[in-house]
Order: sequence, then C-alpha cells, then structure tokens
Amino acid sequence: MAVRLKPPAKGEPYKSLFQIPREEWFVSGHRLCAGCPVGTTMRLLTKVIGPNTIIVNATGCLEVASTPYPYTAWRHPWLHLAFENTAAAASGIEAALKVLKAKGVLDKDVKVVAIGGDGGTVDIGLQALSGMLERGHKVMYVLYDNEAYMNTGIQRSGATPYGAWTTTTPAGKKWRGEWRPKKDIDAIVAAHRIPYVATANPAFPLDMANKFKKAYELTDEGPTFVHVLIPCVPGWRIKDNMGITVARLAVETGVWILYEIDHGVFRVTFPVKRRKPVIEYLKLQGRFRHLTPEEIEKIQEMVDKQVEEVNKLVGKEVIGPVEK
Amino acid sequence: MTLAAKEELRVEYKKPRPLSTNSAVAHAVKDLDVDVVAAYPITPQTTVVEKISEFIANGELEAEMIHVESEHSALSATIAASLTGARAFTATASQGLELMHEILHIASGLRAPIVMSVAMRALSAPISIWNDHSDVMNARDTGWVIMFVSSAQEAYDTVIQAYRIAEDRDVLLPVMVAYDGYVMSHTMEPVVTEDRDSVLAYAPKRPFPYKLDPDKPVTIGVIADPDWYYEIKYQIVDAMRRVPQKLEEADREFGKRFGRSYGVVECYLCEDAKSLIVAASSYAATLKAVLPRAWERGLKVGLLRLRLYRPFPEEYILRHIEDKDSILVIDRAISYGAPYQGPLANEFAGLLLKHDIKANLVSVVAGIGQRRMVDEDFMKLAEIAWEARISKKPETIFYGVRA
Repeated sequence: MAVRLKPPAKGEPYKSLFQIPREEWFVSGHRLCAGCPVGTTMRLLTKVIGPNTIIVNATGCLEVASTPYPYTAWRHPWLHLAFENTAAAASGIEAALKVLKAKGVLDKDVKVVAIGGDGGTVDIGLQALSGMLERGHKVMYVLYDNEAYMNTGIQRSGATPYGAWTTTTPAGKKWRGEWRPKKDIDAIVAAHRIPYVATANPAFPLDMANKFKKAYELTDEGPTFVHVLIPCVPGWRIKDNMGITVARLAVETGVWILYEIDHGVFRVTFPVKRRKPVIEYLKLQGRFRHLTPEEIEKIQEMVDKQVEEVNKLVGKEVIGPVEK
Repeated sequence: MTLAAKEELRVEYKKPRPLSTNSAVAHAVKDLDVDVVAAYPITPQTTVVEKISEFIANGELEAEMIHVESEHSALSATIAASLTGARAFTATASQGLELMHEILHIASGLRAPIVMSVAMRALSAPISIWNDHSDVMNARDTGWVIMFVSSAQEAYDTVIQAYRIAEDRDVLLPVMVAYDGYVMSHTMEPVVTEDRDSVLAYAPKRPFPYKLDPDKPVTIGVIADPDWYYEIKYQIVDAMRRVPQKLEEADREFGKRFGRSYGVVECYLCEDAKSLIVAASSYAATLKAVLPRAWERGLKVGLLRLRLYRPFPEEYILRHIEDKDSILVIDRAISYGAPYQGPLANEFAGLLLKHDIKANLVSVVAGIGQRRMVDEDFMKLAEIAWEARISKKPETIFYGVRA
C-alpha cells in the first residue's frame, strides 16, 4: 500500500508528492493523444485545487478531448463557452458566486479556475484575459502552452518559438520555420500587477503542484496565473514516450525557466547550475529538424540572452553557463 | 379566491413618472432584483447601463456590475453568470450586437435564461449611430426569443415578462427585448413602475436548473459529434414552439396583476380593414396616430404590430390576415439581393404561400439609418397599402431613398 502523507496547511508547500490527494478528479476515458502531458498536468491540477471549484475551459485540444458528448473526464463543475472568452466567462462565474454569497443564496466558498491553451490565451483570448486581470476577478488562470494551434493541426501561434516548423511556418527554400520569437505572455500578465504569476513544467511535478496551490490560495487576493509548458507529441514531432523528457530538457537547457512572481518579487524556483546546450532539447523534436548549425547557434544565443536577463533580475547567477 | 387574495390582485391607479425607454429598462432590471450585469458602452444603449450603475452605486440594487472590455465578453460573462445560478442581464446595440454574434448562438445552445435589451441602431459602414433594425435582423436565426416593443412602458413590462418566459423550465431560452434607438431609447414617456415584491411575485427567480455547482457537478459546453449535435439543436426548435403560448399566458397574468397587457401580436383598426400595414417598435406607435385619419379619408387600413418576432407567431398573425386584400410590410433593414429585399417581407411571403392566402403583398424598406419618416409618409404608405388591393407590386419599394 502506498504511503499517503497529510496534505500541507494553507500557505504551506507540498514537501512530497505523497502529500497530493489520491482521489482522482480528471479521470480516465478522455481522448488525449498517447503521451500528452496535459493529461498529467490536469490530473495534478484538479487534485491540488480540491472539490469546491468551478473550472472554465477554452476551446482547444484539452476541451474537445475531455468532453465528447455524452462523456466527460471532469468531476468538477466545468464550463466551456468559446475560444477567446474563457477569462470573460470566468469573470461572470466569479461575479455570480460573489453576489449569490452576499445575498445568502450560496453558503460556501467556491473558487474559479480558468484553463486555456496558448492560442486561446496569448492570441485570441488576450483581450478577455487582460480585462479579467485588470478588473481583479479572483480567478486562477492556467495557460497550457504547447506552442502552436495543435487542435486545428499545428498552425503557428504567438507562442511558437523561433525556428519551429509548423504547418503555417513550414521550412522551405525561403522560410526556415517560425522567424519571430515567442511572445512573453508572463511579462504581459505580470504588468497587470496581479498577486501571483508563475511558470511550470510537468517534468517538475512538485514545483508545479506548489505553484498551483499557491496560485489557487492567492485568488483570495486577486487573479493569479500559471503558465505550463506542454510538449505536444504530434505537434513537436516527438515520440509518445518523450513528452516529460523533452519538458525536462527545456528546463535543463534554460529554454524554459521555472520562476514565480509573488507579489512582485521575482524568484527562480528551480536553479540550474550548469545548462545543457539547446541542441540537446532541439534534437529530440522533429519540428526543429530542418535547422542548420548556424540557426541552432542563433537559438543558443537567444537562450543565453534570456538567462542573462533572468540572472540580472535576480541579482546573482541562478542559471549557470552552458556545460562544455 | 379568498377576499384577501382578490384584494391583493386589485389593480390600482399608479402615478406614472417620466422615463426614457432606456431608463425604463434599467428600472425593470432593478425591480427584478437582477444579480449580475455585464455590459459595454455603445450608443444608444449607454444610458441603460448608466442608470443600472447608479442603482447599484446607491444601494437600490444589490448586483455585481462587470465592466467588461467588449460586448463579446459582456455576453460571455452574462451567460456564465446565468449558468452559475444568477439572474443575469446585458444590453447592447448595433456593432455591439454583431460583435456578440458568435456568443448569441452559444447562449441559446446552452439554454441560458438571460435577457438582453437592444436599442436598435444601423450598422457600419458608413458608420451611423442612428436607428434602424439591421442589428436585430442580423441576429434573428441565433435561437433567441426576440421581442419588439413600442413604448417605454411596454419596454419596462416586457423585460419583466421576458425573465418569466426565459426562466420557464419549458422554454429556457435567452430573450432579446428590442426597441428603436433614440426615437425610443432617449425619449421621455410616462411610465408606471411596480414595487419589487410585486415584480418578483410575478417573475420569481428560477435559476438555471443544471447550474455549475460543486455539490452536483455537471459538464456544460461539450463537443457533440454528428450523432448528437442535430438533436441538441432540435431541442431549441421544440422549445421555440412553446414560446407564443407561454408569452400569451405570461402577458395575461401580467394584465391581471398590473392592469397592462399587450398580446403576442397587436391588431389595431383591424376588424373591418381591407388592408394591413405590418410594423414594429416606434413605427407601430406612429401608425396608431396616423391610421384613424386614413379611415376618415376612406382608406380602410389596419395595423398589425409585431411584438413577438422569434419565434414567428404564425398562428396569431393568421387570425388577422386571412380576410385581407393586401398586406404592406415595413422593413427597417435590407436583405441585400433577396427576392423581397426586406427580411420581414420574405417571411410574410412564406406565410401567405404556406397557408394559401391570396392577399397582395407589398414590401417596403423605410427609415434606413433613421431616414426621416413623419405622419405624411405613413399616410402615403397607407395609400400604397390601399391601392395594392387591386394592383400588385412585386418589387420592394425603397421608400424615401434619393435614387
């Protein structure tokens, strides 16, 4: 029998994964691709947030794969309206809960968690998201970022990284995959001065669980935001057993830096002493297969610059140099 | 009925107060104890939301106002609030209604019992802040119950009736209450308002029955494959069929309690008329002033005022048109390139054909972008309707255009 430890109190972090509740809330039978880490991520998220939560989900692969009528993978009350309005729908639910509580119709505390993909968050849903953040709705927003419009068949989004092949940024004689850098959504979100912004990664489940917990609890004060990197098996052209490996390499190479901005204080939650070269991350993914050594070198330089900026922000070297 | 109950239902004379239609709508929202309002400013709807904000600011209404960043979000938040169990309201016009278009279908598809007022306005381009019905006509196939009102009093009363119908378990559809921008939205009229207890006794809150509730979790807004989608949409067809009778009952009950009722359609100077003019909103009100003078001149022209537009109250209209020689339909919108270029005229053409009614149909497009229409113009239309008894007019008349 597996050991179960008592879950931590409010405001306290998980010290072990054995503290995560055993009960399942995102249940089997969904139709996500084999090896898709969004299932793992949702499983952890729904365990951390507990039962008294209403979930709103933007249109996207998670939404279609988890709710093929008449089935559902969600044990929480769950709503999907459309692609670009998840933050607006979450605002409506939060406002309704607030007034119903004030009027004595509702007698318990219910929280709201919104979930959107990169397209539904950084592109088409950005306006609604900004409105929700600016108005201070007490909603936790989870962005699961697989770096393109995967549900419609791998078209580039504002979150697609430099150099990545997608069906709308193919690698040909003139184009070499995506030629613009990834939109810095976290900086945009943080500019709204909300209580909590964090990046997470399913290869670091304890770190992710703690960020979910913190973000959920801090909705007492206002909106919170957690940005999770989700490798996409068909979209990134990776093997279906490599999702978590690739996700881990994103952190180990400094492509994806795990940090949080808690009440304006920036902190790297997973320092990396010696970075692996980006090629270790890129070479496992078919979407980068067309890149020349020069192009890979350019990506390495972009990552170096990103690491330098973060170290400068923290005031010391939390992410180390590339190992030789 | 006990004496006490009779006493309770006795309709007393109440002193009206001057209110614009926009203000009347805001008063109805207050008296209905609406819980959540999400709205974005657009001319000529703005004063509805301003007034509601005042009510909330003064503590006269306990509600959450969501100052959304667009109409798209306004409707999204309104639906979500409604599905959480709140009584929710929004208001818009023109471009705002068009921006909502995607979500209009989702409101009816999820059967959200919300009410929205529309101060009807023309559509860009060129940009026009003035009145016609292009906005609502573009929303007619979205699965919403659509009602046109002709006075500030009727707007107040209809918003109240609208919640009763929307929240009816046999209906569960969103309801749009539309009226002419400026001509009505900003015009003061005498309006009687009722106290909240009476309004809530007539329209008690009946929240969405499958609401988002952790104690009874439901999944709302799923993906339906070709095996299921059709049936789910057909349920809207089914619910729509029940609406005219539900409205008739709700309106009758309203009349008993408050002394005012309007019917599903209204026929004015109808019985001995040989010709009818079909009109909605403020034009119907103006025609009521003009038509008695037409009768003095021997033109036996009546008015068929459309109050319920979606669902199209076929049965109620048929009662009034079967013995008429000509029917002139005024459209305040253009269905570009359609057989009749007025959307309403096409629906009447279908109705006449379906029921084998021989009346001559005249399609008139008028008042586009609030092109001026005064008494003489309506008298002219009465003449055209009267002439049409004997001479057919197959082409749409673009009344008042300089072409």
